[in-house]
Amino acid sequence: MTGATGYNFAYLDEQTKRMIRRAILKAVAIPGYQVPFGSREMPLPYGWGTGGIQVTAAVIGPDDRLKVIDQGADDTTNAVSIRRFFARTAGVATTERTTEATVIQTRHRIPETPLVEGQILVYQVPIPEPLRWLEPRETETRKMHALADYGAMHVKLYEDIARFGRIATTYDYPVLVNGRYLMRPSPIPKFDNPKMHMNPALQLFGAGREKRIYAVPPYTAVKSLDFEDHPFEVQRWDQACAICGSADSFLDEVVTDDRGGRMYVCSDTDHCTSQQTRKEAAE
Amino acid sequence: MTDMIRVDALSKTYVLHTQGGVEIPVFAGAELSVAAGECVTLHGPSGAGKSTLLRCLYGNCKPDAGSIRVRHDGGEVDIATAAPRLVLEVRRRTLGYVSQFLRAIPRVPALDVVAEPLRALGVAEEAARTRAGELLARLRIPERLWHLAPATFSGGEQQRVNIARGFAAGHPILLLDEPTASLDARNRAVVIDLIGEAKATGTALVGVFHDDEVREAVSTRIHTLQG
Amino acid sequence: MTPLLKVTGLTRMYGNRVGCRDVSFELWPGEVMGIVGESGSGKTTLLSCLSARLEPTAGTVEYDTRAEGLQDIYAMGEPRRRLLMRTDWGIVHQNPRDGLRMGVSAGANVGERLMAVGARHYGEIRAQADEWLRKVEIDGDRIDDLPLTFSGGMLQRLQIARNLVTHPRLVFMDEPTGGLDVSVQARLLDLLRRLVTDLGLAAIVVTHDLAVARLLAHRLMVMRRGEVVETGLTDQVLDDPHHPYTQLLVSSVLQP
Repeated sequence: MTGATGYNFAYLDEQTKRMIRRAILKAVAIPGYQVPFGSREMPLPYGWGTGGIQVTAAVIGPDDRLKVIDQGADDTTNAVSIRRFFARTAGVATTERTTEATVIQTRHRIPETPLVEGQILVYQVPIPEPLRWLEPRETETRKMHALADYGAMHVKLYEDIARFGRIATTYDYPVLVNGRYLMRPSPIPKFDNPKMHMNPALQLFGAGREKRIYAVPPYTAVKSLDFEDHPFEVQRWDQACAICGSADSFLDEVVTDDRGGRMYVCSDTDHCTSQQTRKEAAE
Repeated sequence: MTDMIRVDALSKTYVLHTQGGVEIPVFAGAELSVAAGECVTLHGPSGAGKSTLLRCLYGNCKPDAGSIRVRHDGGEVDIATAAPRLVLEVRRRTLGYVSQFLRAIPRVPALDVVAEPLRALGVAEEAARTRAGELLARLRIPERLWHLAPATFSGGEQQRVNIARGFAAGHPILLLDEPTASLDARNRAVVIDLIGEAKATGTALVGVFHDDEVREAVSTRIHTLQG
Repeated sequence: MTPLLKVTGLTRMYGNRVGCRDVSFELWPGEVMGIVGESGSGKTTLLSCLSARLEPTAGTVEYDTRAEGLQDIYAMGEPRRRLLMRTDWGIVHQNPRDGLRMGVSAGANVGERLMAVGARHYGEIRAQADEWLRKVEIDGDRIDDLPLTFSGGMLQRLQIARNLVTHPRLVFMDEPTGGLDVSVQARLLDLLRRLVTDLGLAAIVVTHDLAVARLLAHRLMVMRRGEVVETGLTDQVLDDPHHPYTQLLVSSVLQP
């Protein structure tokens, strides 16, 4: 596949990429710390992954193989558009297979297939600041990060338990990275939080509108906040995936008709497909 | 006998700045000493400064010159110059005061008003309340009133609560500012008894009594102030 | 014995205008000091300087820290100052909305300071919040209600509970009964008086209400135009005021 003419490799000019790479290096050096960067206008609206795209554009090379997922699926509009964007502007190979990808850009999921060393996972982040609900002033939240002044964060979890009897926050569940910085993992389900911990892959986070980049380097401790008597837990389902039979993946509820019919299927389409293939091969 | 109170060269003049700086001299070069077990009555015409002197002894009124040395904790404290927290400490452990009027605190029941000086000395709540109850009973405050705040009591009842409070802690020095002003004969007799008992246990008392009968009954000595 | 707070030559200017000038005093453990004076006399400026919220133009505020004794609060690092403010100190604002998180429950408001200093056991945090709500006479069954549904007096009591839950040694109060009905004021005053005595708290209370000062404060500081004009034992200052301004202040009080 060849790239579109008239554009630099991977759309962004080299100076911008250097600026973003410097931000990424700093982010990697200080795990969980939000590094400001000069976010550019991208040919898609804010909220569609402008931060993730810029990070991907800055780290991707001609030999990389790109996978893009949206809510775990490779075939949704957002995923298809971004994949096609890089196929045209960088001419890189693309894939839907987690194991084959070197760079994976994601919105709201971490693939079920464990990542390996050398892979890069790029998250699209709408709101990077975990303390924002608590404190509207940026100057103050920065100071709170600087001083690791995070105690009040538990107020939110306290409220959950007081109201629902358990921690009801199910996505974008706050984590402490490397025992130092409080971080929003972007709106992934808390089901995925344990996957961030000691992950062999490099995890990069880009927030285009908010102009922040942060990172979790390979093999870094990521701890989900909780109480001693209400430890962190992930969601579980009574049923297995209706398509592949997988019992340990994150399931989406799909309404099948207007008479109350519904089914549960894997949100990670690649995982579902490979499970099916494996099952068929076994039969 | 050791002096519990020694007043030397005490002067006090009120300056009323809000009324054109009028100066009202009260006394100058006042002297007074009171020993343990004594009840000294301050006597003199109205305006001679009896109450002012008493208030100076309590630290409620600031003299212009002179000293008020009070035996406290084995040493001496000059009330005229001591820091506020030291004056409060002297009041807590050494210096009792029965004023003419009770300054009632909203919501605090009579029993606790009386028990408070004992509680401040570290006496356990139950023991303090028991002692407070005894005093209130002696002063004929009906038990049904003990658990009510004294703000709604009659003048005489408030005065008796005030007296009970003053005698509760058994301070080594007790200042009495017309304690029997609004009491009937029976209650006056109780106060006379209380003063007698205090003298017997070595309390040094200084009082202002406008009532001749009480004055004669309790005074060991009369100290006359010139108006 | 060292004082809890040692203030020396404290001055705060707003350009050429004086906020407060050359204030010095010592506050001892368990001592309650009232700062009185009319509006604009510099009471609140002084309180802000004392409570580490407004850097003075000159002078020092030293606090007797548990670990290292007297330390200038403006010379110590921000992390230590913040820790001090939420463990050893309490600040009761005149408007409880300034001191509370209105969007979270009463229990979370009280529990926040515990969580801020590392409490991570939900059950214990909740039990302590419950105990403190009772101490300030708020029904335990209001623990999960938002402060938005509370009356003014309840809000003020909730703010007090929120401050006292970490057992501070020093509490700053800015007109704690301001803006409350008289009947509610009396209840709050009684509660404050009892808590301060029972817990042996030291406090600095700014008020323009002399009755509040008489009830709560052991000693008074009278301010006028940013300067301290008279100090002393509360009843002595109020019953035998010396400075012309104090005399005016005392004689201006309406007797009901």
